[in-house]
Amino acid sequence: MAKVYSVLTQPIIAGDKGLAQVTEDVCRPMQRRPGPLWWLAFLVAATALGFGVAAVGYQIATGIGTWGLNTTVGWAFDITNFVFWIGIGHAGTLISAILFLLRQRWRTSVNRSAEAMTLFAVICAGLFPVIHMGRPWLAYWVFPYPNFRGPLWINFRSPLAWDAFAISTYFTISAVFWYIGLIPDLATIRDRLQPSLKKKLYEIFSLGWDGSYRTWNRYEMVYTLLAGLATPLVVSVHTIVSWDFATSVIAGWHATIFPPYFVAGAIFSGMAMVLTLMIIARKAMRLEDYITVKHVETMCKLVLATGGMVGLAYLTEFFTAQYSGNAYEQFVFLNRAAGPFAWSYWIMVGCNVGIPQLLWFKRIRTSIPAVFLISILVNVGMWFERFVIIVTSLHRDYLPANWADYSPTLVEIATLVGSFGLFFTLFLLFCRFLPVIAMGEVKGVLSYGRSREVTQS
Amino acid sequence: MTRRVLVGVFESEDDILAATRDVRARGLTIVDVYAPYAVHGMDRAMGLKSSRLSVVCLVAGALGAILKLWFEIWTAAIDWPVNVGGKPWNSLPAFVPITFEVMVLFAGLSTVGAFLLVARLLPGRRPRLVDPRVTDDRFALVLEETDAAFDLPAVERLMQSHNAVRVEERVEEAPGR
Repeated sequence: MAKVYSVLTQPIIAGDKGLAQVTEDVCRPMQRRPGPLWWLAFLVAATALGFGVAAVGYQIATGIGTWGLNTTVGWAFDITNFVFWIGIGHAGTLISAILFLLRQRWRTSVNRSAEAMTLFAVICAGLFPVIHMGRPWLAYWVFPYPNFRGPLWINFRSPLAWDAFAISTYFTISAVFWYIGLIPDLATIRDRLQPSLKKKLYEIFSLGWDGSYRTWNRYEMVYTLLAGLATPLVVSVHTIVSWDFATSVIAGWHATIFPPYFVAGAIFSGMAMVLTLMIIARKAMRLEDYITVKHVETMCKLVLATGGMVGLAYLTEFFTAQYSGNAYEQFVFLNRAAGPFAWSYWIMVGCNVGIPQLLWFKRIRTSIPAVFLISILVNVGMWFERFVIIVTSLHRDYLPANWADYSPTLVEIATLVGSFGLFFTLFLLFCRFLPVIAMGEVKGVLSYGRSREVTQS
Repeated sequence: MTRRVLVGVFESEDDILAATRDVRARGLTIVDVYAPYAVHGMDRAMGLKSSRLSVVCLVAGALGAILKLWFEIWTAAIDWPVNVGGKPWNSLPAFVPITFEVMVLFAGLSTVGAFLLVARLLPGRRPRLVDPRVTDDRFALVLEETDAAFDLPAVERLMQSHNAVRVEERVEEAPGR
């Protein structure tokens, strides 16, 4: 039988690796003692987390009067951070679910860490509304439960109630999806270790996985079903987040473009965060053969595409406001571009619409330092996008007598820094104790685009 | 009850796929195939039917959606109606988002729960590994020696012809059905 190989497909994984080599490459960094670089990064992240914990402790003990909010600007820094972190999470689900359904095989190298990023980002995001409640120990009031106040139920017509359900479902499903993906890899690690407490732990969490194909067959089905569920879920989550704004009657918020605009923006910023993390991880853990320049380039194209959607949304929004004939709408958008917060508007436009255009050039897409810088700038821009949407729409509202200024206090800034600390602390711990590359999936695409030695019988 | 099984260990995806196809074409009973990853096309080679977990997903999702929709209508329109901005008691369109979220939650958790149960994946279960490297880089084909007609030398030769690195006979506890 003649074998024909296509010359059009390129291998996904560089270096001619065998199956055992994959296991070795992924597990080795976990079995070594962490290097000084890891400790340095961990120390910085944990310090930032410490600042955050102190700030949150102080503001809960004192009250949210410690923030720079006033009666006009009732939402600012914390809701900005909430939307920012939720958005970051969405790229992980895009990679793990949507690209899986689209049979994008390159995703296997990045999906594990992108899903971890989703989980940690959702944890960070979830903290902000809870802190904003002022009395976080009553957070369970957002869920309907039989109580002695009637029972008085929550208002299911409120987007804030939708949000509570959306975020908690998103977190649960993402966590389950991630864990299901981890089981075969936990078994691989279990079988490498000498008997010890560590082995025992991996044994418990790998649930007795033995590589049976009957199980693999069901596993594939579960994975597909979860991907099919997570895909509309991720769209619904950011849609609902955008409804927090769009269902109100604030000029600048009350727009039907919000759901697609927010979802595109979320994937845009999340992809940039995946790039930032992957570029660090491939270098720090010597995974250049797994997360290749080709992977980076493909993700850059996604950043470029979603960045284009975000740019289009900015233009549409601006045009619609001017064309609406509504003086308040027109004012809000002119005020964004030329008012007291114009600087934040132009940071947003520059970082989200201007800078990503550099990615049209292949030389820039394939240059790791350039992509790293761009990915960080995109996230700066996306943070300011949420800030612009929230603060500039509120600070000059319908009554000029109510106009107010807003600037964050140290407590708010420390909380933001703390959320980055939490995110990176969790991510660094993940890199230490769990396989950052989905071995079970990478092994399946190892031979992709590479002629195999097939012995004829 | 014990049973005799024949275990063939292979090194590559192509070998195990070809061996499995061959063995099945000869009508031998495949107990299972063990692999470090989901080998593409192995379900057809083994003649496995598509999993029915999708039914669990559909039923659980539908159940979650119906229960949640009923709960929202019951709390907002029957148990304690509250006038919110003059909206109707039964504000059906506004109840859709949470209904969707709960549907996804039910469907996802039930599917995973059902999978763990049918695949007997439970915390603390000790794995019975056919080969210590089967989660790393080895593939194993396990056949049941059903009756006297099982031609051991011929099957062994068949496995060798597909580059089996090891073929051995074992006696194991038959799983209680």
